[in-house]
Amino acid sequence: MIPANFDYVAPAGVDEAVRALAEAGEDAKVLAGGQSLLPVLRMRLAAPTTIVDLRKVGDMRGVREDGDAIVIGAMTTHYEVQRDPLVAEHAELIKLATDTVADPQVRHRGTFGGALAHADPAGDLPAPAVALGAEFVIAGPSGRRTVPAAEFFVDFFTTALQPDELLVEVRVPKHTGWGAHYEKFNRVAQAWSIVGVAACVRADGGTIAEARVALTNMAATPVRATGVENALVGQPANAESIKAAAAHAAEGTSPTADGNADERYRKHLAEVLTGRAVAAAAGS
Amino acid sequence: MRITVTVDGTEYSDDVEPRMLLVQYLRERLGKTGTVIGCDTSNCGACTVHLDGHSIKSCSVLAVQADGSEVTTIEGLARDGTLHPVQQAFHDNHALQCGFCTPGMIMQSVDLLADNPDPDEKAVREGLEGNLCRCTGYQNIVKAVRDAAHHMRPGAGPEAERVDERTPSHAAGGE
Ligand SMILES: Cc1cc2nc3c(=O)[nH]c(=O)nc-3n(C[C@H](O)[C@H](O)[C@H](O)COP(=O)(O)OP(=O)(O)OC[C@H]3O[C@@H](n4cnc5c(N)ncnc54)[C@H](O)[C@@H]3O)c2cc1C
Ligand code: FES
Repeated sequence: MIPANFDYVAPAGVDEAVRALAEAGEDAKVLAGGQSLLPVLRMRLAAPTTIVDLRKVGDMRGVREDGDAIVIGAMTTHYEVQRDPLVAEHAELIKLATDTVADPQVRHRGTFGGALAHADPAGDLPAPAVALGAEFVIAGPSGRRTVPAAEFFVDFFTTALQPDELLVEVRVPKHTGWGAHYEKFNRVAQAWSIVGVAACVRADGGTIAEARVALTNMAATPVRATGVENALVGQPANAESIKAAAAHAAEGTSPTADGNADERYRKHLAEVLTGRAVAAAAGS
Repeated sequence: MRITVTVDGTEYSDDVEPRMLLVQYLRERLGKTGTVIGCDTSNCGACTVHLDGHSIKSCSVLAVQADGSEVTTIEGLARDGTLHPVQQAFHDNHALQCGFCTPGMIMQSVDLLADNPDPDEKAVREGLEGNLCRCTGYQNIVKAVRDAAHHMRPGAGPEAERVDERTPSHAAGGE
């Protein structure tokens, strides 16, 4: 199918893009890689009057270092994130989760910021962003503001972004030297997560010193598994303590039931996959 | 809106509606029907072409997004009547039955081999995960891609020089 008609603008800078959004009014939509938006437009699930394409906004693309954080531009493609040396060194969890997103063609077009702004509960990048305590830099008509990951994801497909705002970049605190793993469970290639677990662990001589764990598709928004994190800290990085900690994974979650899994099965998956993710991240 | 796109080495300049998909532009405006449409969900990969050296699904890109870019379709692979080594390998290994997925499979395989010139079976299957085939069970497709890799390896003859047409911006991640 073919999208309904719309006006198209491709501004060259962030300020220009914000102005274009304001001028176009409520029915404007931002276009990044289009890998979620174009299917939606083709199905006519949305019919924006104006599309503001960010492809020419050069300063929203790429990864840079900024003190104790790395900053990932919203327009950086999944393909670029997978190969970026700063991401690999300081936020390996994001690289590993991105490796599992979609397929090579989609990763060539889809962007880091687009995947976060889209806020699909089954999307693989929100949970790593929450686990690593990322901060979202948002530009709007009254300037810039920064929103922590825990407040950015509001509901199914709903974020803190207002219709006249842009996600410009994401600051990710460095987790240099931490072990990381993203464990994704799905049925077929190129499919979304039924459940996913993002785990990042700092081990100190066989003991788990710090742990960050977040879950994909266990609620409307990514869930930080604090029960697991607390149970891991100070424990030896062995199978027994990891299994005991993983038993807390489903606490406080409210997964939906769908054709892939009911609520009980999702909770079971969360525990099993958390065990695997933490074990891999801790290298045990 | 006016766009200028280079497709299979020829520059075209056309007025298009912003909502026109790249695949429609290729098929209906330029008559390049070698690129096919297999689904309505961005899943099947039959419409795969290269946009500035990267494989993409042309049903999920607007023609206006390709303005100023270079597109290579299945119709642009053969040179002077000689099949591209990946096309030849699909032929030699009988890597198709109905042939509908073949243009996309070949375009994605060329992309995969540019990234990884010597993929093992797992790497081929993962590299082609965005392309669906309903006939072959994939066995002969995997065989063909590995056969092509063999023929395209350094020192395998002049064919090898035609493989990687990516621009330097590929490595730098620019567009
Ligand atoms: C076949 C297929 C399989 C997929 N599988 C997976 C998967 O397994 N896991 C996964 O996580 N994802 C998957 N995806 C989605 C993919 O990750 C998309 O790239 C991503 O969801 C959207 O990124 P985009 O750049 O294409 O955004 P777009 O489609 O351009 O935009 C998506 C939404 O975000 C908004 N938006 C985009 N950028 C900004 C910005 N900078 N500021 C404000 N709003 C913005 C848009 O207005 C739109 O509402 C899949 C997609 C396809 C087609
Ligand atoms: S036609 Fe483009 S992915 Fe199926």
